[in-house]
Amino acid sequence: MSSEYLVEVKDLKQHFPIKTGFMKTTYLKAVDGVSFAIKPGETLGLVGESGCGKTTVGRTLLRLYEPTGGQVLFNGEEVTNKNITALRKEMQMVFQDPYSSLDPRMTVEDIIGEPLDVHKLYKSKAERRDKILNLMELVGLNAEHATRYAHEFSGGQRQRIGIARALAVDPKFIVCDEPVSALDVSIQAQVVNMFEDLQEKLGVAYLFIAHDLLIVRHISDRIAVMYLGKIVEIADADELSDHPQHPYTQSLLSAVPIPDPKITRQRKRIILEGDVPSPMNMPTGCAFRSRCRYATEKCAQQCPNLEDRGNGHFVACWNK
Amino acid sequence: MANTENTKDTEFPKKNPLSMQIDLAKFAPATDEEKAQQEVMSESTTFFKDGMRKLLKNPLAVGSIIVLILIIAAAVVGPMIVPYGYEEMISVNGRRDKTAKNLGPFEWSKNEQKAIDSGEKLFPHILGTDEQCRDYFVRILYGTRVSLFIGFFAAILVLVIGLIYGSISGYAGGKVDMIMMRIVDVIYSLPDMLMVILLSVVLKEVLTPVIEGTFLARLGSNMISLFIVFGLLYWVGMARLVRGQILSIKENEYILAARSIGAKPGRIIKKHILPNCLSVIIISTALQVPSAIFTESFLSFAGLGVQAPMPSLGSLANAARGGMMSYPHKLVFPAVVICLIVLAFNLLGDGLRDAFDPKLRR
Repeated sequence: MSSEYLVEVKDLKQHFPIKTGFMKTTYLKAVDGVSFAIKPGETLGLVGESGCGKTTVGRTLLRLYEPTGGQVLFNGEEVTNKNITALRKEMQMVFQDPYSSLDPRMTVEDIIGEPLDVHKLYKSKAERRDKILNLMELVGLNAEHATRYAHEFSGGQRQRIGIARALAVDPKFIVCDEPVSALDVSIQAQVVNMFEDLQEKLGVAYLFIAHDLLIVRHISDRIAVMYLGKIVEIADADELSDHPQHPYTQSLLSAVPIPDPKITRQRKRIILEGDVPSPMNMPTGCAFRSRCRYATEKCAQQCPNLEDRGNGHFVACWNK
Repeated sequence: MANTENTKDTEFPKKNPLSMQIDLAKFAPATDEEKAQQEVMSESTTFFKDGMRKLLKNPLAVGSIIVLILIIAAAVVGPMIVPYGYEEMISVNGRRDKTAKNLGPFEWSKNEQKAIDSGEKLFPHILGTDEQCRDYFVRILYGTRVSLFIGFFAAILVLVIGLIYGSISGYAGGKVDMIMMRIVDVIYSLPDMLMVILLSVVLKEVLTPVIEGTFLARLGSNMISLFIVFGLLYWVGMARLVRGQILSIKENEYILAARSIGAKPGRIIKKHILPNCLSVIIISTALQVPSAIFTESFLSFAGLGVQAPMPSLGSLANAARGGMMSYPHKLVFPAVVICLIVLAFNLLGDGLRDAFDPKLRR
């Protein structure tokens, strides 16, 4: 069984138990019914504010956490605990913090070579070294850096090492968990452009998690916006940026700085009132209603589902 | 801007020496050579090399390393040079020399003096003799040997058991961790000296026939029970330490990265977690050695130590207690050696911590 999608996520749920007292447990609904699909070679951007569950989606997708509910299909095949080891060769991850995601006691060669060791992807030492040097070249690192330790590199170089490690097994799908948010702006551009180049060369699909809308728009084919564990809007990158329909997306986009004072002076910022509700104690109905300008009675009673509004533009909101 | 490279020096107008304007030449673009210099990285150092460099800069640590090397060398080589045995009574011309009792350092007995006068060459009693006419220097050397052996062996025993137990507990986490740590708590609450005494009484009966004729028989069943007690009780501190380290290292993103690659728990512990808590383990092992030596000395002092006539530093001190007023040097020498060993190991452990502890870095 195969499908047009490389990765399909259906109603993914991840609830973390939190002990709130003696023998009492409440659940933190980090991800609560998320569905999306990614085609081969496509980039899906996932944006949302801190703590909305973006990272958890990525990690649960790769079974780094045991999902509470829902399915992940890879090439039409359901990902289970049994086949995940084999599937780790197809799905990889690039981490947010290049400072803590590389083992300080390993040389670059060993860090990049580790996936090769784990999956036994070489026949001789020479082949292993060849592969590692190729990967290093691919991400723009010098061959002479191979014997160095991670702490000797700058943030951008470390992120390149992390990317080379993810690419070592030749994956078809990479979860990029805020890969540039720990880097400074000039390096961000380099790394983002490298992601694009690699996609062109290798045809990998990305789930690109970030909170910087400009970067996401730049790299993504489609963008999904998350709020409190749910996807509230998903559409083509340009469509979403130009015609946002969910009030949350609208306010997010209005906060993106535009490097042109004339436009900035003219446009209105939509400032949200109040704080994000705690995911342990979510409002009934639509999660966003407590901060939404358009909230009605209906929003409090029922949670809206994602509905197609044409052009593959899905919005979860009662207001049309 | 086409010929910037050639005209670089002449591009800026000459500055009037009285002008307050900033010298524009200072803002010349970097040449390729200068840019290349920025690319050069410092020499690659491994974590171990870096730590050793720091350790060797610490005078206390270097001093204790030298003291330890001297003591170990003396304990190993010394008995080969000195022509007396640790249980050998001094004899002159094949006859037991009863006058060689309780001699002071570098003293000769009457019989020996006669032999020397008649042209014979004898090895001096550097630290004198004890009340059974045995050379005290050799006995201290052997005692040091025994004490060091016990110290290292016990430390290794504690290390191995504590490391395995702690890493399983820390890595598994959750309920497994809770149960394993409660067991540790129970063991922690057992009085260790009582256990040593009880075990040595029980094991004496059982072990004496088993170990007869081996090297262990000379150490005596008391020492075996000491090791067993170390193996049973003393590893808990190490297990707690390792568990704590692993719990904190486990949260690092590189562990998650290793899991996302598909590495199995055994590989993650071996390749990622243990190397990262190695420094703490080395340090606490170094500190475990003096603690074992101390315990052994204490037990020997209490009469539960090594089997006579094999000396240990503690039993030598205990034996010297009787004649403390007349022959104080016999108590002072073993006590000084114990102090030196323990102090050197403690200082070395501190030095290792300063040099290797990642928390003190950066």
